[in-house]
Amino acid sequence: MSELYDVVIVGGGPAGLSAAYSAYKNGAKKILVLERDRELGGILQQCIHNGFGLHHFKEELTGPGYAGRCIGLIKDKPEVETRVDTMVLEVHEDKTVLAVSPTKGIYTVQGKTVILTMGCRERTRGAIRTPGGRPAGIFTAGAAQRMVNMEGYLPGKKIVILGSGDIGLIMARRMSLEGCKVMADIEICPFSNGLTRNIVQCLNDYNIPLYLAHTITRIHGKDRVTGVTVAKVDNKMQPIPGTEFDIECDTLLLSVGLIPENELSRSLGIKLHRLTNGPIVDQHRETSLPGFYAAGNVVHVHDLVDFVSDEAEIAGKFAALDAQGKLPAVQHDVAVEAVNGVRTCVPQHLSLPEGGEGARLFMRVSAPARKVTLEIKQGDEVLLSRMLPVVKPSEMIAVEVPAAITAKMTGSSVTVGLKQKEA
Amino acid sequence: MDYFKEADVVVIGGGIVGTAILRELSKYQLRSILVEKEPDLAIGTTKANSAICHAGFDAPVGSMKAQTNVRGNELYHELAEDLQLDIKWCGSYVVATTDEEVKSLDVLLERGQKNGVPGLKIISGDELRKEEPNLTTAKAALWAPTAGVMWPFGCAIAFAQCAVQNGAEVIRDCTVTGFVKENGAVTAVTTSKGTIKTRFVINAAGVYADVIAKLAGDDSFTITPRKGEYILFDKTAGADLVYGIVFPCPTKTSKGILVCTTTHGNTFIGPNAQDQDSREDNEVTTPGMNEIIAGARKLVPNLPMGAAITEFAGLRAVSSTGDFVLGETKVPGFFNAAGTQSPGLSSAPAIAEQLVAALERTTKPFAYKEKFNGKLPVKKAFIRMNAAEKTAAIKKDSRFGRVICRCETVTEGEIVAAIHEPCGALTVDGVKRRTRAGMGRCQGGFCGPRVVQILSRELQIPVPQVLKERQHSELYYAKFPVKEGK
Amino acid sequence: MATEKRVMNCIMCPMGCELTVTLDGGKFVSVTGNTCPRGAKYAQDEVTAPKRMLTSTVRIKGGFLPLLPVVSKTVMPKGKVLEAARALRSVEVQAPVKAGDVVVADILGTGVDIIASRNMAAKN
Repeated sequence: MSELYDVVIVGGGPAGLSAAYSAYKNGAKKILVLERDRELGGILQQCIHNGFGLHHFKEELTGPGYAGRCIGLIKDKPEVETRVDTMVLEVHEDKTVLAVSPTKGIYTVQGKTVILTMGCRERTRGAIRTPGGRPAGIFTAGAAQRMVNMEGYLPGKKIVILGSGDIGLIMARRMSLEGCKVMADIEICPFSNGLTRNIVQCLNDYNIPLYLAHTITRIHGKDRVTGVTVAKVDNKMQPIPGTEFDIECDTLLLSVGLIPENELSRSLGIKLHRLTNGPIVDQHRETSLPGFYAAGNVVHVHDLVDFVSDEAEIAGKFAALDAQGKLPAVQHDVAVEAVNGVRTCVPQHLSLPEGGEGARLFMRVSAPARKVTLEIKQGDEVLLSRMLPVVKPSEMIAVEVPAAITAKMTGSSVTVGLKQKEA
Repeated sequence: MDYFKEADVVVIGGGIVGTAILRELSKYQLRSILVEKEPDLAIGTTKANSAICHAGFDAPVGSMKAQTNVRGNELYHELAEDLQLDIKWCGSYVVATTDEEVKSLDVLLERGQKNGVPGLKIISGDELRKEEPNLTTAKAALWAPTAGVMWPFGCAIAFAQCAVQNGAEVIRDCTVTGFVKENGAVTAVTTSKGTIKTRFVINAAGVYADVIAKLAGDDSFTITPRKGEYILFDKTAGADLVYGIVFPCPTKTSKGILVCTTTHGNTFIGPNAQDQDSREDNEVTTPGMNEIIAGARKLVPNLPMGAAITEFAGLRAVSSTGDFVLGETKVPGFFNAAGTQSPGLSSAPAIAEQLVAALERTTKPFAYKEKFNGKLPVKKAFIRMNAAEKTAAIKKDSRFGRVICRCETVTEGEIVAAIHEPCGALTVDGVKRRTRAGMGRCQGGFCGPRVVQILSRELQIPVPQVLKERQHSELYYAKFPVKEGK
Repeated sequence: MATEKRVMNCIMCPMGCELTVTLDGGKFVSVTGNTCPRGAKYAQDEVTAPKRMLTSTVRIKGGFLPLLPVVSKTVMPKGKVLEAARALRSVEVQAPVKAGDVVVADILGTGVDIIASRNMAAKN
């Protein structure tokens, strides 16, 4: 008979750790966190830069500092067991979890509930079909970051970065600080995909040119990268002939997006959202499969770990309540549809008890805009509106919807969108 | 004269053809040596092709291609188990989407029957869709039950390992620079590692075969590299594509852009066909990718392009003779196994038989080894083990309990074994091709650095010396100044 | 004297507020657009003496991992950041280390300590 837990958590990064802590606070007595790496903390351990935690811990922390806080919250709690160097191979609908580790071999544990916190992975060169050879010297930014920050090796000396996601920007500064020359950052969109502060302190501070609306049309080099050809792109993101120029480099770092890591969710038959690539969840972060919860980057890619922790605390709380049979009785279900310039919204639906329930919505817009009004509407009725000075696709919007508002959601759906400008 | 090595036969080139020949030679009482210029076997055409064991209806009746393809296919069926070749015998379809193409299927059928291909049959579009429901545009198809999808690098390495366990030798990082001749006959091969004395030389140098032949004094053919590009999809995309091998109706230069799902469940599309001068340029190009996407869409209209995980290109070695160039040359002692473009992979074991026969024709028949061992030790991927086998593997070596490549579930135990086995992995790509670590959807993003560190530890070389694939493909630099010993 | 307006993005937190700084003869007068006092301080520093945090790694002997991440305890002069990063490349500490332990005190005479970002246990 496999050992029974109230909550089994797949992944010991910030989402898994925050979920574990929250499950503990909400009465779960037996919690297990399974982590594949040699230690807890996930990708934060390689994100040695600062800028984490202002929102969640009210203090500016480095990535390892933030991870340390999360670990500190569950350390010495007999209710929470953590196992590192442990890979989850399968999760089944009956909430049995098959795991493997060098010390324990292959074994199964049984959860009353399961929280999926596997995080995300980086998009690769293959996914964006960059032409050229296949020399050494092409790395995803995160893979390079681990080697530089945790193992003590550099991916190269003369660097070009493709994509302006935050990891790419952070790596531009990192490589500069390590004495390498960062030649350029190339971004296919007409706007940056990273936080503004990172453009300022990672590119501008080091005089690294950012080529917006440009892309790499060829990677040169047979054995090791020797350079790239860059071209301007038109508004359909197609290279414009005649605008090509070459940049000499020995390394290309890719920061071209993140994809939620949902292979386990998929094999479980959990419904995934077409745009977030993560499970469709309600405000408790319960997936389409009862008793399975999900939080953090596995649900949708966040830009702030603080929001990951916030979301994971929600999942941890309701998974714990679920395991204790204390979930509020659902009266009706309300779909939350993203419309008018809002690209995605998590949760995608609300499972509302009588009298409503407070819910936190995380949204991303499709394009940058200034001075817009975000509206939650039921039909033509505006239930909640919020003025936003600036919105960008790269910066997630979080909105707290009070119980009093959700109580008014009597229909089957509401919309979240940007208010259309007067004609 | 001091020789680096002495042999009876030197095989030049460690691709599928060279390794198949070495294995065939290892059945006989001969000292056989294979030399490969790269740090690993199977990294030329063998690593980038359609991976198909063709049935044999494509090549002209009576050609070497046709003869060796049909025989080769038969041999792979025999060898698959002993060498654990990991071939998915799914059969193949040639799909006709127009009335004109439907007629051309008869030509293929007739030619195939003349070539001796068993079981060929023309089926209707509806019959086809029972097996391949996504082929919505198909009107009819030629069904060839004997075709299969292979794992070409694994196959070449298995051939080499089988040869090595029977006394043959494989020398990597060893470039042929010339030949020593006496009375017009080849008596030794000069290489970057030294001179190897030999009675026979077999040239299986792929796209460089004409260069090698010329060095030996044989200018009877030339090779034109013909590039073919491919796009590979994630396993999750397979349901929208095909289960097995699906060809369009062939054109003059190639069998066309096909859609095929590999032994490991990844679907790929390709190749196009572009002749070029360079024997090295295997870059993927935008026009090339567009061409194969357009071509594949004729068969499967809804390609899940978002699920593409990698693109690659290979060079076919196309000979000026229009057929394989096999056997004796005007230079005594020098033999060709050249021009082995498609169906070279399918033909390789039969080419090997042909070459041994050719050697024997110039001397007397070789004596068999009494103790030839044609079976390789059983090696099962962790992911394919059952629960009891997994438990036993971890018990024996706890490193089988540490998953290094999460996409393909490859363990540290398997990677270490792949490094230390005969003809073991010396590079990151070598590990990848032996274990599949890094072959999955994240393309080594997660496991790449870990594999580098395992290679560094097991080969006892510093991380900055670990190669991706070829010489000068180092991956990392030391971050801190190296402290001089005091 | 001429007044001048400069627009910049605050980097003190991920909000990245757009700040408008008014200068008179190169001297800071006022700032608008900030949502917190940290933004006001940043704007004033940025036009007079820009400062940045520094994060990097140092080698650690006998540690569970080969590198120890470190961070400046406070912001330091922007112009000293690269030199400080270079100086840290020759620093080596001994495990175990606790988060907050001083790795280099008063780096380059800036008055700023470089401290460990995390605990690092000794290798078992």
